[in-house]
Amino acid sequence: MHLDDLSRRLIDRFQHGLPLCAEPYAAMARELDCSEAAVLDALALLQQADALSRVGPVFEHSRAGASTLVALAVPEERLEQVAAQVNQHPEVNHNYLREHRYNLWFVLTAPHRAQIDQVLAQIAAETGLAPLDLPMQRAYRIDLGFPLGDTP
Amino acid sequence: MSACISPSEQALRQQLLALSEAGLPLVDDPWAWLAERLQLSLDDCLALLQRLQGEGAIRRIAAVPNHYRLGYRHNGMTVWDVSDEEMARLGPLVGSQPFVSHCYRRPRREDWHYNLFAMVHGRTAEEIDDYRQRIRELLGNACRADDMLVSSRILKKTGLRVASRTAGDTPTV
Repeated sequence: MHLDDLSRRLIDRFQHGLPLCAEPYAAMARELDCSEAAVLDALALLQQADALSRVGPVFEHSRAGASTLVALAVPEERLEQVAAQVNQHPEVNHNYLREHRYNLWFVLTAPHRAQIDQVLAQIAAETGLAPLDLPMQRAYRIDLGFPLGDTP
Repeated sequence: MSACISPSEQALRQQLLALSEAGLPLVDDPWAWLAERLQLSLDDCLALLQRLQGEGAIRRIAAVPNHYRLGYRHNGMTVWDVSDEEMARLGPLVGSQPFVSHCYRRPRREDWHYNLFAMVHGRTAEEIDDYRQRIRELLGNACRADDMLVSSRILKKTGLRVASRTAGDTPTV
């Protein structure tokens, strides 16, 4: 999607934080030197185009339970089937195909580590594959977004 | 997880999570919208949000872009086998690079020797190759081996929705 100048500045400036005050969009408009209506219009357009996933708080779920990154080395011809088996678990919230011998990568999140262990065992039993269990030990950076810079 | 908060505060936090985790409506004053539903004054609602952010239960309150839709179609999970002694210095250094969105230390396994993960995003394959090279230079001799796993397809990306699970499963905010 092509971003106009206002949308680009809006994302770059506010992807890390919105003003926590009454009428935040008016405060943003003052910073961006436009009208409040223009800010709301830009946000609505971005959201419609799915260029904005949401406006609001991003909760830190890892504090509220357990999570881990899991990888499976899936034979090419079984990828669809195994991906479907993995995705049917509600604890799976991201699942990416990656170009590597370990080609299926997903995140498991649950209220307790015991439930993660259970799901890992179920996935191993269902697929006959040994999951690589790689829980986070230390976070050096957690998705704070990144600058969009100039469009090419 | 906050151990020492009252049941009424706990209920409030659960309600806040349910109301806002999928995003707030685009109304003139989203905090007033939230305050009304939580039956709080605007000031108390803003104080609650600030408190949760201060505690780390909320990472950020923001306009969250979908980078994929914005043309950042290439993402590489770079993985590094970094000497354990150097990790305390190098982990934060890699994590502080502006082109890195996530950076974690993870355990080595019998069949997996990489202990540092850094996610990079770009509009072209060359862009993420370049980022990988820049991390390589930062790590220098402290890194024994590295790889970059590019994603070829997203098979599931729900974004976590904790509040929509059954009540018994819902972790505290």
